[in-house]
Amino acid sequence: MGLEAYVVVATILFGLGIACLITRRNVIYVLMGIEMILNSANINFVAFNRFNGDGMDGRMFAIFVIILAAAEAAVALGIVLNVFQLFGTVKPSDVDLLRE
Amino acid sequence: MDLTFNPETDYKWLLAVPLIPLCGYIIQIFFGRFLPRRGDWLLTSGMAVTMVITVWMAFKAIAATQGHEVFFHESLAETGFGFQWLYDTEKGATDPLNVTAGILYDGLGAAMLAVVGIVSFFVHLFSMGYMKGDRRYHIFFANISLFTVAMLGLVLSDNILFLFVFWEIMGLMSYLLIGHFSHDPKSHRIKQAAAACKKAFLTTRVGDTCLLVGIMIFYYHFQTFSFTGLWEAAQTAVASNGGEYPAWMTAAGLLVFGGTVGKSAQFPLHIWLPDAMEGPTPVSAMIHAATMVAAGVFLLGRCYPLMSPTVLTVVTCFGAFTALFAATIGMTVFDIKGVLAYSTISQLGFMVAGIGTGGFGLVAGLFHMVTHAFFKSCLFLSAGSVIHGCHHEQDMRKMGGLRKKMPLTFIAMLICTLAIAGVPLFAGFYSKDKIIQSAYMSMTHGGGLNGAGLFAFGGLLLAAMMTAFYMFRLIFMTFFGEPKDQHVHDHAHESPKTMTISLLVLAFLGMFGGKMWLLDFDLMGSHGTWFEGLTSEIDHHPESVSRAAGSVSDIFSLERMYPGIAITEMNTYVGDSAEHFQRNLHAGHFWAMTSSLTVAGLGILLAMFIYLFRKVDPGKITASLGELYTTVVNKYYVDEFINATVIKLQMVLAYTLKWIDGNIVDGAVNGTGKLNRSFGFMWAWFDKTVVDGIVNGVGGVTTMTGSLVRLFQTGRIQQYASLAFGGLLLLFAWLFLA
Repeated sequence: MGLEAYVVVATILFGLGIACLITRRNVIYVLMGIEMILNSANINFVAFNRFNGDGMDGRMFAIFVIILAAAEAAVALGIVLNVFQLFGTVKPSDVDLLRE
Repeated sequence: MDLTFNPETDYKWLLAVPLIPLCGYIIQIFFGRFLPRRGDWLLTSGMAVTMVITVWMAFKAIAATQGHEVFFHESLAETGFGFQWLYDTEKGATDPLNVTAGILYDGLGAAMLAVVGIVSFFVHLFSMGYMKGDRRYHIFFANISLFTVAMLGLVLSDNILFLFVFWEIMGLMSYLLIGHFSHDPKSHRIKQAAAACKKAFLTTRVGDTCLLVGIMIFYYHFQTFSFTGLWEAAQTAVASNGGEYPAWMTAAGLLVFGGTVGKSAQFPLHIWLPDAMEGPTPVSAMIHAATMVAAGVFLLGRCYPLMSPTVLTVVTCFGAFTALFAATIGMTVFDIKGVLAYSTISQLGFMVAGIGTGGFGLVAGLFHMVTHAFFKSCLFLSAGSVIHGCHHEQDMRKMGGLRKKMPLTFIAMLICTLAIAGVPLFAGFYSKDKIIQSAYMSMTHGGGLNGAGLFAFGGLLLAAMMTAFYMFRLIFMTFFGEPKDQHVHDHAHESPKTMTISLLVLAFLGMFGGKMWLLDFDLMGSHGTWFEGLTSEIDHHPESVSRAAGSVSDIFSLERMYPGIAITEMNTYVGDSAEHFQRNLHAGHFWAMTSSLTVAGLGILLAMFIYLFRKVDPGKITASLGELYTTVVNKYYVDEFINATVIKLQMVLAYTLKWIDGNIVDGAVNGTGKLNRSFGFMWAWFDKTVVDGIVNGVGGVTTMTGSLVRLFQTGRIQQYASLAFGGLLLLFAWLFLA
């Protein structure tokens, strides 16, 4: 099983993540979509490192991305809580104060 | 007491002379109304201190010149004591624009300073009685004090620029004082007072302008303002011009004399002086004796070495003419102060004519200024006392027989009348006699008969006779005979003590101010008087003419007034040998003495004949003179003439200018305004349509773009994400397809 398989899986995951990000009405799902996109990138990093690289660079990037994703999730969930307190909803389509 | 001049301390005393009344003035003008008695004691006592200093200093000068020293002190040259005005220290003292004003204290200054101090003090003292109850009592005292300050400063100035500054301050104060009653709502002569002060100010202004131009011409050529500098420069200029005065010096000298004509009330600018009688009488005494008119004569004394023979001839003619002219008017006036006013003009004519007749006459003229200050101030104050006693009645026709009612005033006035008439032993005799002697000498100098000198000699003798006549006319009409107006007579009373004391002291000076003959009796007056000693050196009795054969300056010199300046060779007695001068001096002495005594006696006898014994009715004389009398009574129509020419011209000019201003200048201004306005409208249109259009257009486009772009700004994150993703896809598509 070669590199192509990994890239295909990562692409599918990315597509699902994008779809989730764009279509879901709940902001939690949106966040989950972002996680999926990030993880598809991780798969790519690890796969390319395994098949093309010599060192640990790709894997290190993947670990960084996971850590950043965790931090991002924490901050994003905090924002979501505040958004909920402010607007009484977590639907991104209703939170459009920036328009005004 | 040590009577030597000590430069270390005495300059400070001299500086205190004007500063004391100046401080008094400043206190008085701000706080006078709150002081007890409204501050009169403050200024009068300050003036007393000033008087003591001036007299003390004058004694020092007299003591020095009695010892035949040259008494001439310049603070800048001796101790560097002075005041730097607009001084640029980088350029230093050699720069002509750096003016340093110091004190010049010589014989002439000493005499004048003492006279001003004495007369001013007694005028202050007199005013305490005379001005009592005046509404602006404190202001009056403040003003009269500053008036004195100006004169004291003028006398002490060592440069002509500061002399001019004080000269102008004096002009201003005379304006305020003559117009004193114009602020008094109770006075019935408000308008006259206002007109008189305006006239005095404007008339003297004509002279002041001449003086300023004269000063500037001298400054332009000589690069200095200081008197000693000017004298030396003048001497050098004359020497380098072959002993002749350059033409420009004649012109500038005439302009400086113009200042004297204005200030010292010479024809034709004398018109302000009779009108100045609208001021309170003490002010008249000040103006006529110590300040103002004396300043003009003093200026001539200071500027004498700058005057060319031509200028001096003009000075003589103006003086002699004024003396004669004013004396004729003086005989016809009925206002007691008016008589004195014209007599002042006439006496000023004597002084000016004397100064014009040469170095000897210069001393005589200045001496007459000093003695005249004594007796004229006394005469004015006496007249004030009479007016005060008669409840502000000034018409002599309503007086008469006041001798018994006002004995002290009568004595004082009689003494001073004798002095002004030139009766021997009285102060005026010594000086007037010298002037006439000098006129005689000028008439015969150089061997021939000198036209201007002849005019001066004849004119002054005639004027002297008229002086004796009109002054005794005044005495007889006021103090002798039957009372003309019983009402005035009943109310007449002697004046309070402050007034009579002033009168008697000044009368004493009117008697002995020329020469203290009680100590040095010499009826013929051939020993020099104190004033002559201060200003000149004259050898009255050389053993023989041959001893003094060298030059005129061996017999007569002005070394004490202008040290180091050879006056005799510059502008007096040109072409006279010492022998001729000596003969002339003696002949002049004899002729002046006899003729002046004769004319004075004639004048007095004539007055007695007409006004005391009433042998002839003055009305008949005037009627027989007819048209001539009318002319004189109307003051030769000088005022009318000036009204019809100068003032008329001025008015025509003013109205023309007003028309030009109203029509052409205003038209131009309005036209420019209108043009501007239409330009403004044009620009406003341009601004509104074009400029605003551009600005609004830019704004509009921005708004439009904004509202268009706004459509995409939904605020929906997912939409943004999908757009971003779409964009990414497009990018990939482009990358792969390219």
